Amino acid sequence: MRILVVEDDPILADGLAVGLGLAGMTVDRVENCADARAALATSAFDAMVLDLMLPDGSGLDVLGEMRRSGNRTPVLLLTAMDDTPDRIRGLDSGADDYLGKPFDLDELGARVRAIARRGSGRAAPRLSAGGVMLDPASLSATLNDTPLALSRREFAVLSALMERPGIVLSKSEIEDRLYGWQEEIESNAVEVHIHHLRAKIGRDAIETVRGLGYRIRAIS
Amino acid sequence: MSSLRGRLFAILLTATGVIWLSAVVWIYSGTHRELERVLDTRLQEAARMVNSLVGSANMTVAMAALPNQQFEPLGYERQLSCQIWSFDGRLVARSDGTPPGRLTEAPSGFSDRIVDGEPWRVYTVANETAGIHIMVGDRLGLRDRLVSELIKGLLAPALLIAPLLGLLIWISLGQGLRPLRAMANEVRSREADDVRPIDSAHAPAEVKPLTEALNDLFAKVETARRHEREVTAFAAHELRTPLAGLKTQAQIAMATEDPAVRQGALQRIVLSVDRTTRLVRQLLALTKLDAGGPPPTPETVPVGLVFDEITDNAHGAGPQVSVAIDPALRDLMIRASREFLTLALRNLHENAVQHSPVGGKIVWRATASGLGIAIEDEGPGIPEDEMALVTQRFFRGRHKSALGTGLGLAIADAAARRMGASLRLSNRLDRSGLQAEIELGA
Repeated sequence: MRILVVEDDPILADGLAVGLGLAGMTVDRVENCADARAALATSAFDAMVLDLMLPDGSGLDVLGEMRRSGNRTPVLLLTAMDDTPDRIRGLDSGADDYLGKPFDLDELGARVRAIARRGSGRAAPRLSAGGVMLDPASLSATLNDTPLALSRREFAVLSALMERPGIVLSKSEIEDRLYGWQEEIESNAVEVHIHHLRAKIGRDAIETVRGLGYRIRAIS
Repeated sequence: MSSLRGRLFAILLTATGVIWLSAVVWIYSGTHRELERVLDTRLQEAARMVNSLVGSANMTVAMAALPNQQFEPLGYERQLSCQIWSFDGRLVARSDGTPPGRLTEAPSGFSDRIVDGEPWRVYTVANETAGIHIMVGDRLGLRDRLVSELIKGLLAPALLIAPLLGLLIWISLGQGLRPLRAMANEVRSREADDVRPIDSAHAPAEVKPLTEALNDLFAKVETARRHEREVTAFAAHELRTPLAGLKTQAQIAMATEDPAVRQGALQRIVLSVDRTTRLVRQLLALTKLDAGGPPPTPETVPVGLVFDEITDNAHGAGPQVSVAIDPALRDLMIRASREFLTLALRNLHENAVQHSPVGGKIVWRATASGLGIAIEDEGPGIPEDEMALVTQRFFRGRHKSALGTGLGLAIADAAARRMGASLRLSNRLDRSGLQAEIELGA
């Protein structure tokens, strides 16, 4: 799951990146409105964590522009203000959720997962396809009710495919989900992860669509 | 006297009393004079009348007796007494109740005499034809009694009226002072935080200056309190972000199994605690600067000692920054508030340190005038469009540092103002970096 964090306080931004990373998310950080706009224009995110008070403007402005231009990325607002009017204004500007500072990291992770899930059109917290069941909250997986050991990257690739069963994901789309900007993308990494996954959940579970990418079979 | 009503009452009563007394004195003397004149004329006329009677009737001396007075007994009977003496000194006739002794020795006209121990006023007419002196007189005591009766007649109702007048004055004063009392009650019944202005539109003209002064004070109190609320709200807001950072990093340290990640999180916690501590310290400094009150008394401050204090402090230059202080500046003595000078210089110093690159050099020097202090760093400087904003509280521009709070330059600016000086910021022309000057003036 790829998340954009817009927060200008360096220590908090670092905490968000590392903390959400621990929850299995790939996090990109920007610290002002301008960079947030640029990031939204160039990459697709599963969710966005947005601070309200930014050095070059208000997070609400970015949110408003996003929604007007048809960007549907789920947004969680971080607010230092307790005022209910501010929260109402945030939600009415197109935010999906808010959290007041200081917050609990686990709660933030859960809320981000929830808005990302809703953003992808699902209501069930767990992903399932065939006999495979993924729990994004605990980063755990089972195959026919027996625990399945997956690496962080493998989990990310599999959940990307399972979010939309039957839809083809290109290699670069999968890479986007795996790597933040700072990370170097290893060539063949996606192929390697797919290879390992097939070894764990069965050869036919992931289908290669030549020239397009990969998709998960809905029925095993 | 502490009661305005009592005071006014005393003044009004005294004034009324004085006016009454002077009126009485005036009436007394005026009446007395007039009475003298009237009674003197009466004496004269009575004497002439007797004289003409004696002359026209050709009465013999022996017949010339005045008829008995027919006065009702009102206490004023026998006002006039008449004696007729022959030139050779025989008493020819006298009216009833007239003392037998000669009333006067004066040959004619008015004279005052003591007869039988009583003062008399006598008018004498000499009748050459009949060879007699006609003397008509009255007792002066009688005249005095007349005047004093008159005054008594005036005073008696006045004394009766006095308490009534006092009561009326007292009640009227109460009525007159009612707006004042209503205002006092209005203010007294207010809650502690109610500083709405008093309605001065309907206040009497005399009370208006007071209500306006009170309203001015209320407005000042309200401004100060609003400012305080804003700062508190802003401070609470600004403290939440570092607290959120602290909590997040602490939770990372607890959750991670990677020692390197834990170490990093703990280091950031320490950094964040330092920054938050500094934020709290700066908020307290701002509160002090905002407190108002009388300006601090300037003293002669050796600038060198202030620098020692700043660089000894834990937030002085880190090992990666070198600080050079102009020797001329070290010996400079400045007349200023030591507290505010230290506050301004420390915040400028911390600002320079935070924005200095590793190995950067900070230079403190005297300004061209020799009366100011300037600091230069080798940091990124301030974008020109942010120059006017950086002294605003909590403003953190594009070139912000991790430890920054957005308060340092605001404090330096406020402290300089409180000293009657000004803070001037500019980007260095020779290289990147900020130059800050505090010009203290003569």
